[in-house]
Amino acid sequence: MDVRNTWDQWPDVNGRFGEFGGRYVAETLMPLILDLEAEYRKAKEDPAFKAEMDDLWTHYVGRPSPLYFAERLTEHFGGAKIYFKRDELNHTGAHKINNCLGQVLLARRMGKTRIIAETGAGQHGVATATICARFGLKCVVFMGETDVERQKPNVFRMRLLGAEIVPVSSGTGTLKDAMNEALRDWVTNVEDTFYCIGTVAGPHPYPELVRDFQSIIGKEARAQILEREGRLPDVVMACIGGGSNAIGLFHPFLEDESVRMIGVEAAGHGIETGEHAAALNGGKPGILHGNRTYLLQTDEGQIIDAHSISAGLDYPGIGPEHAFLRDTGRAEYLSTTDQEALDAFQLCTQLEGIIPALEPSHALARVGEVAKDLGSDGLIILNMCGRGDKDVFSVAKYLGVDM
Amino acid sequence: MPTERITAAFKRAKAEKRAVLVSYLMAGDPDLETSYQSLCALRDNGADIIELGAPFTDPMADGPAIQRAGLRSLAAKTTLRDVLALIARFRESDQTTPIIIMGYANPVHAMGYGVFAEAAHKAGVDGTIIVDLPPEEDAPLREEYAKYGLSVIRLATPTTHEARMQKVAEGASGFLYFVSVTGVTGAGSADPAAIAANIEMARRVSGLPVCVGFGVKTGAQAAEMAKIADGVVVGSAFVEHAEAAHESGDLARAPQGMGTLARELSMAIAGVAKP
Repeated sequence: MDVRNTWDQWPDVNGRFGEFGGRYVAETLMPLILDLEAEYRKAKEDPAFKAEMDDLWTHYVGRPSPLYFAERLTEHFGGAKIYFKRDELNHTGAHKINNCLGQVLLARRMGKTRIIAETGAGQHGVATATICARFGLKCVVFMGETDVERQKPNVFRMRLLGAEIVPVSSGTGTLKDAMNEALRDWVTNVEDTFYCIGTVAGPHPYPELVRDFQSIIGKEARAQILEREGRLPDVVMACIGGGSNAIGLFHPFLEDESVRMIGVEAAGHGIETGEHAAALNGGKPGILHGNRTYLLQTDEGQIIDAHSISAGLDYPGIGPEHAFLRDTGRAEYLSTTDQEALDAFQLCTQLEGIIPALEPSHALARVGEVAKDLGSDGLIILNMCGRGDKDVFSVAKYLGVDM
Repeated sequence: MPTERITAAFKRAKAEKRAVLVSYLMAGDPDLETSYQSLCALRDNGADIIELGAPFTDPMADGPAIQRAGLRSLAAKTTLRDVLALIARFRESDQTTPIIIMGYANPVHAMGYGVFAEAAHKAGVDGTIIVDLPPEEDAPLREEYAKYGLSVIRLATPTTHEARMQKVAEGASGFLYFVSVTGVTGAGSADPAAIAANIEMARRVSGLPVCVGFGVKTGAQAAEMAKIADGVVVGSAFVEHAEAAHESGDLARAPQGMGTLARELSMAIAGVAKP
């Protein structure tokens, strides 16, 4: 038996990662997700599809992203060597575009002319609007009205790119409601519309295909560290909202048994306060948005709103593959509070001259402990999945600076 | 004997050469007592089958009217157990009107499929429509339902082609709910001529009665649908009466308005002679 196939075999034919995942959607959508799966299987085997992806990744997105040795941060903590996988240097400033590119190319193959997306912080919305502009496709982005208010620069960017923004006031007006509204739109416009989901959640095959598109991060990182250090890292780390950047980094290392995986969830005001976004550390399994996974919910199965300083992590669920990796013990999941993330944001900015997004700041907040624990012989790769330009206004507000 | 109650309702209508009226209301909207009064009013005014909505925070297949109904119900702290208790209360005086719970998977999942099935059976529930449990995902629930004869009522839609219909029909019981438009509840209504062939196909493949819903609000629309289907489902139009009652503060308006609408719809449906 080839042991390298043990993690790659997931999801199974029913779209399951162990007991997580699946296709929990209204019947209207079933034929659509079955079509999408069939088209994705074909595209994966088509050298022309891969060639087009590779070309755009290289010349439009700017891949491969560098693997950077964060020397001063390493010195500061006095432990393991810390490398950043610099996906914040991608076009549009985050890892999101890796996935959007793949999905929009799939949509084109399927003859779809209208792309819809949900967005929280706006990074997935901006990336989707960008690719749609590039290919001349109509783009509609659903965004909770709370997020429209707190992410104004990204709303303007999306409009500049030609996207229509639909503020969502239903429910609580955040990312989960934007996703509900996108699903309602998709149910209504089944003929011409492709739903470009931004994270490794949703009904099968989304968790699989988004993972596959994001796995470029881990594939590059694995080759880069072998070239730089001549060995595999001891730890790969990333922040987790839905978990697409983390799974993208983790997945190509899953078969490397010596490599520990650490995901970091948003603990908001603290998990004990109930105001957080840590589905794995503070939730339990349930069914939402097409898949079975860990969710923030009441004992009666009603969904609880997430809270995080980072709009990109502000979601009450998590991708089903992370639920599986956690329950099998293959990955560990820690958490970081709003305040710890703010502190890490400033530390990284001052020591490395890199302004991280608030999302990876959550992973940065835990990297010191991990580095000390490993000692100076250790090696860590942390996914710098987004840059912090979008966050400077909200950080200023938290720091009490009037801009 | 739950499924029998549903079958009997279709038999009665057939004997009267008419289609059935399926009416929907959200349990606990705006409170459980009003829902109880509304259930009785619907039954007294010609509703053959009643779908009772169980509220969920994220109703992704529902339009604005039923979304708001769910929020009102949740604001009143209605739980799935409350919905079952409401049905048990209704069953004290009514042994014949089939009651179907309509909702989403997570509250049922949170209670546990086995616990829910037993409790639903005890309360006098006849079946459920769980919107986000397609045939691919409802096997564990069906297993539990089989112990008590509860029906799994499946949805078919304009996107359900014949091969897919086979899958939808497998394991379905009671009746088939044909969603007339691609869209959410309360959206525009379908042209009956455009879906007649789909309904015929659904009936042929499933061997079950087919009820049509989504977008039907008036007696005239109900009559048009009654010509091509075995039953007509009306939801948002009933729910709007609960909203009006809530907003006016006069909760008695909910059962009154729903009763009047049920009367109008059932008479319109009865006016269409079925073979």
